[in-house]
Amino acid sequence: MFHAGLFSTKTMEWLSQPWPWYVAGPLIGLTVPALLLLGNKTFGISSSLRHICAACLPAGLPFFQYNWKKESWNLVFVAGVFVGGVIAGLFLNNPDPIVIASSTKEALRAMNVHDFQGLIPEDVFSWSALTSARGFILMVVGGFLVGFGTRWAGGCTSGHAIMGLSNLQWPSLIATICFMIGGFAMTWFGLPYILNL
Amino acid sequence: MKTKTEEFTPEVKTQRPNEVLLRSLWAYGVIGILFGIVFVKAEIVSWFRIQEMFRLDNFHMYGVIGSAVMTGMISVFLIKRYNVNALTGEKIVIPAKVFQPGQIYGGLLFGFGWALTGACPGPLFAQIGAGYSVVIVTLLSALAGTWTYGALRRYLP
Repeated sequence: MFHAGLFSTKTMEWLSQPWPWYVAGPLIGLTVPALLLLGNKTFGISSSLRHICAACLPAGLPFFQYNWKKESWNLVFVAGVFVGGVIAGLFLNNPDPIVIASSTKEALRAMNVHDFQGLIPEDVFSWSALTSARGFILMVVGGFLVGFGTRWAGGCTSGHAIMGLSNLQWPSLIATICFMIGGFAMTWFGLPYILNL
Repeated sequence: MKTKTEEFTPEVKTQRPNEVLLRSLWAYGVIGILFGIVFVKAEIVSWFRIQEMFRLDNFHMYGVIGSAVMTGMISVFLIKRYNVNALTGEKIVIPAKVFQPGQIYGGLLFGFGWALTGACPGPLFAQIGAGYSVVIVTLLSALAGTWTYGALRRYLP
């Protein structure tokens, strides 16, 4: 009975709709106590990039000389995030096009973005767009900045904004404010130029 | 992983730590899976949602991050208030963040990258899982960025 109820069409319909912020936010916040209670681990995702570097290409650099195996929980965690993406993509997929604020949509159209079907505009993010100037800047340069910036800042949205602020750490507040300033600056002053390349 | 029982039960000394480690590693994977599902289903991995956030056109991402921080804050407060131990028996200790200039410079650079890619490191993994295979390139580039930071670290403030 319970089993049938759990996977009824209605439930699946509800699950495949986009989830509201007041469901998603608290669930993400609960990751903090879950990791602490499970094994005294502090939430942070960008560290996984450092562990992968330490495991695959330490190249004698002191920054990558540590026992990354002790941090393998972090790698298992991000592997889980990947699997979660697979499950959501395969079984809980939203059949309808994404609903975006009309003002954002108009602004993006004016910047030559026209695909509004999925989570990501495929006219900018795709294998064929990789060789275009804007595709290269968004995917390759952007990715590099994410990896370089998070490590320099000592954390990302999870480590600083969520974990750090949860623990009332003022350096994390500074980092979070800088993340936002950087994001606003790129969105308002960089993207209008880059997307029209 | 060290547990207190090790000292008192020498005969299981060789098996127990591995067993605990393996079991808890699985648990981290399960939390990761749930996390990844929420990421995709709440469209936090969407480039469009990040654009809306930085264009101040939608409350969604502010609601997600704000309520996540509130939930985390209350949890950490309760854990400290009641001196809760981890399941491994360890005392829960959250290392303090030490201020360094990188939080400003690196923070700004990450902000640029966040607006360009529409993703922080977590969503990169979830996007690839959700079928956007080209994000593998972005992830590799992020790894290159992290590695380059490791190489240039001593020249940076």
